[in-house]
Amino acid sequence: MTLGDQLSDRVEQVPPSGIRKFFELAEEVDDVISLGVGEPDFSAPWAARTAAIDSLERGKTSYTSNRGMRELREAISERVTRYGQEYDPEDEIIVTTGASEAVDLAFRAFVDPGDVVAIPQPSYISYTPGAIFAGGEPLPVPTRAEDEFKLTPEALEAAGADEADVLVLCYPNNPTGAVMTDDELADVASFVRDHDLVVLSDEIYSDLRYEDDHASIATHPGMRERTIVFNGFSKAYAMTGLRLGYAMGPPGAIDAMNKVHQYAMLSAPTTAQYAALEALRSCDDSVEEMRREYDRRRRFVLARFEEMGLDCFEAKGAFYVFPEAPDGDDEAFAEGLLEEQNVALVPGSVFGEGGAGHLRVSYATGMRELREAMDRIEAYVSD
Amino acid sequence: MDKQSLLDLLRHDARESVDDIARQLGADAEAVAAALEELEDDGVIRGYQAVVDWNNVDEERVRAQVEVDVELDRETGYEEIARRIARFPEVATLRLVSGDYDFFIEVEGESMHDVSNFVSERIAPIPEVTKTVTHFVMDSYKEEGIELGDGDDDDRLSVSP
Repeated sequence: MTLGDQLSDRVEQVPPSGIRKFFELAEEVDDVISLGVGEPDFSAPWAARTAAIDSLERGKTSYTSNRGMRELREAISERVTRYGQEYDPEDEIIVTTGASEAVDLAFRAFVDPGDVVAIPQPSYISYTPGAIFAGGEPLPVPTRAEDEFKLTPEALEAAGADEADVLVLCYPNNPTGAVMTDDELADVASFVRDHDLVVLSDEIYSDLRYEDDHASIATHPGMRERTIVFNGFSKAYAMTGLRLGYAMGPPGAIDAMNKVHQYAMLSAPTTAQYAALEALRSCDDSVEEMRREYDRRRRFVLARFEEMGLDCFEAKGAFYVFPEAPDGDDEAFAEGLLEEQNVALVPGSVFGEGGAGHLRVSYATGMRELREAMDRIEAYVSD
Repeated sequence: MDKQSLLDLLRHDARESVDDIARQLGADAEAVAAALEELEDDGVIRGYQAVVDWNNVDEERVRAQVEVDVELDRETGYEEIARRIARFPEVATLRLVSGDYDFFIEVEGESMHDVSNFVSERIAPIPEVTKTVTHFVMDSYKEEGIELGDGDDDDRLSVSP
């Protein structure tokens, strides 16, 4: 028997990640300046780190309750009121190993074989495989540069999402940096109610909005009961490696997700839960400081792109901008730039339909590198 | 032009070009230049200096923090005394503080001898000064918000989702 021949169809069906390919190319280049990184360049706030260390010193190394420490769930419940979200720490919140686990739990809890999962694209690369692993049928919903990559009812309609069972949302968006306002979400909410969809709303970048406050579809009329919200500590608190996220939703839904979670994961890492608790208690200032710095870099990058004639809509969230590749071929541009100027970024086509012809540029990199990278991109573009 | 944002940025890195500052604040270069001039004219910005890690400089540099007690009288207030102390080029920083003593001074010199001489011959003899305590700086770990260690390496994957 060869194990390679025994793979499940679900796993075989998922192609290797395009990010992976680009990572390998970039690894071969010396002195690369990378604008291809999907995580903060900051470290977690020191107070959160010391809380993790303290917890270890106090011997807090056992499991927690499946749903996460009660205090942490309470702190999360309190925190999300700033987005107009109200969830009971008792039975409407589950702490997970990164928001990624939470998304996976939701796919497994809500997707039956053959269920259609509508995924606005370009999108974070995990949703499509996640839907497939759960037996679902991913349905790409292309969004367009002229709409600033916002999701519209027209786009949903055109893609046939009225027939879908589940809709995945991610705003502020990776890879485009797009955000959606309350009014724009209201239109999507109305489509969702009309066609009776379940919404999985990944709001991991909720604290990284630069022109306005975060808006969540779950706060719209009739949406709370059909939406699972995901959030976490990776982006705003620069805690990616601590792997801590959470999901919020109606009790029955969270129960179902907890059923999977308790067998698959038992509980999220205890050390990370202590770090997260401290992060919520005392690290607002650090988050705001990081947000302001990202905002300065965002404006800088947008200004430089405009000056060098690279078309780019004004991304207002996350830490990405999504310019057009000058000659329309994002992969050739990204490979050429890497080869000739040692600057790595990610071709938009990696992120699915609607991403082709664009480039994901992450500004989670210090100003010095960013300035140098912009000079090199300019040299490459004008060459 | 939002002056607070401009100050935040300069406190972070005062060597940015006017053009780069303008890009980061989403403003015109002319507006930034004008705001900078105004901040300087109004005495808000008093200078731009490098943060030096003297551990990495060959030249010997001695610094001390000096606590100074003074006794005021009817004719002499803190202001007068401060003005006399501040004039000495050896004095890098001078602050009036609450607590056990009155003035906090940072003194720089080429040797310990230099610095202690300065304190005993220039500061202590001032009539209002009743007591000085000199603390020589033995090492420095953080200056102006910047940690002086080797820094953390960026060990993130070069490309990630």
